[in-house]
Amino acid sequence: MLSISRKLHDQIVAHARADHPDEACGVLAGPAGRDRPERFIAMMNAARSPTFYEFDSTEHFRVWREMEDRDEEPVVIYHSHTATEAYPSRTDISYANEPGAHYVLVSTRDESRTEFRSYRILDGKVTEEPVTVVE
Amino acid sequence: MAIEVRIPTILRTYTDGAKQVEGTGSTLDELITDLEQRHGGLRDRLVDHGGLRRFVNVYLNDEDVRFLAGLETPVKDGDTVTVLPAVAGGNR
Repeated sequence: MLSISRKLHDQIVAHARADHPDEACGVLAGPAGRDRPERFIAMMNAARSPTFYEFDSTEHFRVWREMEDRDEEPVVIYHSHTATEAYPSRTDISYANEPGAHYVLVSTRDESRTEFRSYRILDGKVTEEPVTVVE
Repeated sequence: MAIEVRIPTILRTYTDGAKQVEGTGSTLDELITDLEQRHGGLRDRLVDHGGLRRFVNVYLNDEDVRFLAGLETPVKDGDTVTVLPAVAGGNR
């Protein structure tokens, strides 16, 4: 289950809407071992594409190093789909390499409604989990 | 003094859970070959027939080795090499 504050939820949605029709991506960092997202980090989509995303490798390194210095880990890795549903694709699954993270998918395919769903992806297997938004 | 190599979570199955290992070599390629002696299978996760795998990022100190000399990047004692699997995906 993913428990996330209204503020962080809305920051992810706003980022996805702002970058539409390109896929948006980023991380929510939180204190190591606590499974508690606290810090919103929008990442650049180096692919700048409506159908693919990739963290810029230099920014990825900087952010991961910063999390380590702060004793944090990536609790949520999020990205958006801009014309398809908020469900992990085959490539999403292939490149899900943080076994401890919640993978949040947002879909901006519908202007009036943003889909926001969360998954665990372990050894190629996707399990959807409920999302609780805490006001 | 050797070269410190930082291993991401998903590759720690090759290092008995260690997040950091040591190795030697004068290029990244040699270093990976050296690591393979003690951590069999690791090389295949980092390198394919074309060189460094596309969705694996390797850094020498703070720089992505793709901006240096890839597998031929010179390394020396005291350097830190960090491996981070790329974070990527898409709609298919």
